Amino acid sequence: MNLALTSEQEEIRRLARDFAEREVKPRADAIDHRVEFPRDLVEKAARLGLLGMLVPDSFGGAGLDHLSFAIFIEEVAKFSGSTAVIIDVHTSVGTEPIVLFGSEEQKHRWLPDLAQGRKLAAFALTEPEAGSDAAHLKTTAVRTSSGYVLDGSKIFITNAGEADSYVVMAATRPGSGAGGVSAFVVSGANPGMTVGPPFKKMGLNGSAIAEVFFKDCEVPESDRLGAEGEGFRIAMRALDSGRIGISAQAVGLAQGALDDAIAYAQERKQFNKPIAELQTIQNKIADMGVRVSAARWLTWNAAARCDAGLPFTREASMAKLYATDIAMEVTLDALQVFGGYGYLEEYPMARRVRDAKACQIYEGTNQIQRIVIAREVLTA
Amino acid sequence: MDFRLSEEQQQIKQMVHELCLERVEPRAAAIDESGEFPWDIKELFASHDILAIPFTPDYGGVSGSAVTLIVAIEEISKFCATSSLILSVQSLGSLPIWLAGTEEQKRKYLPPLARGERLAAYALTEPGSGSDAGGMRTRAVRRGDSYLINGSKTFITGGSVADTLVVFARTDQDGDASLRNISAFIVEKDMPGFKVGKLEKKLGIRGSPTAQIFFEDLVVPEKNRLGRDGDGFRLAMRVLDHSRPGIAAQALGLAEGAFELARRYARERHQFGKPISEFQGIQFLLADMATQIEAARALTYAAADAIDRQLAEINLTSAMAKLCASDTAMRVTTDAVQVLGGYGYLRDFPAERMMRDAKITQIYEGTNEIQRLVIARALLKEKKS
Repeated sequence: MNLALTSEQEEIRRLARDFAEREVKPRADAIDHRVEFPRDLVEKAARLGLLGMLVPDSFGGAGLDHLSFAIFIEEVAKFSGSTAVIIDVHTSVGTEPIVLFGSEEQKHRWLPDLAQGRKLAAFALTEPEAGSDAAHLKTTAVRTSSGYVLDGSKIFITNAGEADSYVVMAATRPGSGAGGVSAFVVSGANPGMTVGPPFKKMGLNGSAIAEVFFKDCEVPESDRLGAEGEGFRIAMRALDSGRIGISAQAVGLAQGALDDAIAYAQERKQFNKPIAELQTIQNKIADMGVRVSAARWLTWNAAARCDAGLPFTREASMAKLYATDIAMEVTLDALQVFGGYGYLEEYPMARRVRDAKACQIYEGTNQIQRIVIAREVLTA
Repeated sequence: MDFRLSEEQQQIKQMVHELCLERVEPRAAAIDESGEFPWDIKELFASHDILAIPFTPDYGGVSGSAVTLIVAIEEISKFCATSSLILSVQSLGSLPIWLAGTEEQKRKYLPPLARGERLAAYALTEPGSGSDAGGMRTRAVRRGDSYLINGSKTFITGGSVADTLVVFARTDQDGDASLRNISAFIVEKDMPGFKVGKLEKKLGIRGSPTAQIFFEDLVVPEKNRLGRDGDGFRLAMRVLDHSRPGIAAQALGLAEGAFELARRYARERHQFGKPISEFQGIQFLLADMATQIEAARALTYAAADAIDRQLAEINLTSAMAKLCASDTAMRVTTDAVQVLGGYGYLRDFPAERMMRDAKITQIYEGTNEIQRLVIARALLKEKKS
């Protein structure tokens, strides 16, 4: 056991911190309040090589590990949950399935642009009637002489409308559940695919989330990812490592909230002394600190197992469940430390609460995480 | 970053696990029922070099690694928290000697402790000074080459069975009751003036004797003082920074032992025509228990690893581990009793004992309220600097 970061991971942490402090922090409020997709930040991250972290060097990426990825997402999420989820979805569920399951030809065709941020990626699994029950898809992919025709719709698709490539799950054998699902990479320019207007949401306002419609959408066979019927497995594997990213996002939201609460508690004076000297505030800070630290270790544990090639489904679900639950608690507690000011949109505390809620819902609701974890521990 | 145990640690874990499954688990209920110190278990641990784990090979030990120590404590505690205390207290009582002892003191005291021929204890708490440990009243007055110690200690784990105790006492000559006037001494049970008072009756960890100790004109030679005169309080706190992951490991073991019972029971127990493990109400409870355990485990191992890597912030990481793991143990053992329903409440099953044992982990080696104080102070300081 050695829980030290490698010098490379330390370096990523410094780079990510610098990027987050210098570029993300000053933009975070505006992104949220004006509901604008931070294209500028995505481009800046791309220039630093931060959009291809999980893509091997041979395909133009940085070839880094999941732990470095988690470190980067956490640093960004300290200031902007929206920016973090955009990059997370692009990197993990949007791009990684091509790294893991793509043919050489597909990798050459898709990965260099995605790794260098010339293209942005998305992942389309959820449907209006297939949320937690993700295997029962209504979107169909019917075989033709040259490939497939996709019909149906997807909902809650992060980066929809902004992305240039979509990993799409569709039923090649409708009604057969998980075994009848196949995965495709669909270009954002495909005329058979349209994107609805971005949803108005409680939080993550800078991140575009929308419906995606497929109508007579022709996809060549060469854009099918993996074998026919392998789609559900590809989706689940993508979500396993996607959950590491969401955990890291939640840790970042919580750490950012805690940092601000500590700084505020030291400045804010009531009863003639900084409120940081009151035990009730100290207790809140201590409890927040413990939870954030535990959540980070769970996230790093899942990432380290993934990087070591060990099974990590259970660990990723636990990290996601724990980190997102504590992000909700910690962002609320940190807002409370700010009192009335915390309730104002002038400060980032309210925004973090709004952003944290999404983390308990997407990439598998926390109820689904509990089902995954229960299955893992009951069959162990 | 590697969370995996080394081969050697894996082997120790396996050995301790098998030994405890075979020899400790069958004794656990009786140890609790009788409330007597399990000398047989102590001998078992000594003969298998388990009591040598806290010590480095140059002092007769087999490891000295904080991670290896918590691996062993955790395994024992899965079966019997009382028995795990034999090992943790051996570590706690010898830590002051390890951290502050002279070469001569270490050579004299550590090898017999490593061999398990002698038992150690740590005497800090007094009737009037618990969380406020600096307010102690036991006094050590200088008499030539010796100190004359008078006063009493309470809640001393293993106090009645220990041979070698580290005792903290005030050495202020001038009535200056500051923390700089506390010193630490190695006391041996056969020194005249050392008396063991009554053993406490407790909610749990009943086989671990919790003793009152009295010092009546106890003469301790100056060569038994640990560190310099006045260094005692700082040493006491440093020791706790090193020992708290051990309590976290005990709590972790309790939680894991209770979880395992609940898991097994949920798969076997049928209601409404199927195992209760097929109901989401039980599944979600088990998932939450498992996740909380995983979080506590991560903090506990991170704290021990921080000690092994000699990081500066072990004050913070150890307190976090202790707080999180002990609160988790309380919740998880309570939930385990709940999963077992009425049976969980019965003495026939170990769940209720685990729940009683868990409570102490929130109290000793600094109550969890004190841990929060330590953590908040460290986080506030970190931010300022």
